[in-house]
Amino acid sequence: MLFFSYFKDLVGQEVTVELKNDLAIRGTLHSVDQYLNIKLENTRVVDQDKFPHMLSVRNCFIRGSVVRYVQLPPDGVDVDLLHDAARREARGA
Amino acid sequence: MATTTGLESLVDQIISVITNDGRNIVGVLKGFDQATNIILDESHERVFSTKEGVQQHVLGLYIIRDDNIGVIGELDEELDASLDFSKLRAHPLKPVVH
Repeated sequence: MLFFSYFKDLVGQEVTVELKNDLAIRGTLHSVDQYLNIKLENTRVVDQDKFPHMLSVRNCFIRGSVVRYVQLPPDGVDVDLLHDAARREARGA
Repeated sequence: MATTTGLESLVDQIISVITNDGRNIVGVLKGFDQATNIILDESHERVFSTKEGVQQHVLGLYIIRDDNIGVIGELDEELDASLDFSKLRAHPLKPVVH
């Protein structure tokens, strides 16, 4: 639940999603769901020469299970808040 | 809405699916369910290679199981039409490794 809530707060930010097949997609976070599936808008593949497979795609749905990393803007994260929330969640579990 | 990433908005649109085995399948989204199994009509696979241009294999009506789905992209038809597939060279996508 923690990361679901966290991503909901990040909607509207530019993020880069790196997938488990090494593909990296940059875009604006449009929405997220309980499975941490991610919908991005205005997408661009990071290495377009290596991965021309998505050249004509501008909006996409990324299945949560396929995500390796979600790269966030450094000033888009309140690390202390996240740290506190994670500590509370760990204690609760 | 930030809490549901439904695929309703993509129904009857042309989409590009990247599967977990590294394939790229393009077709019209006809249906989906909560688990993200999808039904794709008029579908074809785009095979990328480093030696020759993109090949298209016609597939027809397909059901793609949710656990094989990586990315579902909304295909911009204008952008797609402007691409010269015979000139595109690329390594095939890698399979997803968990």
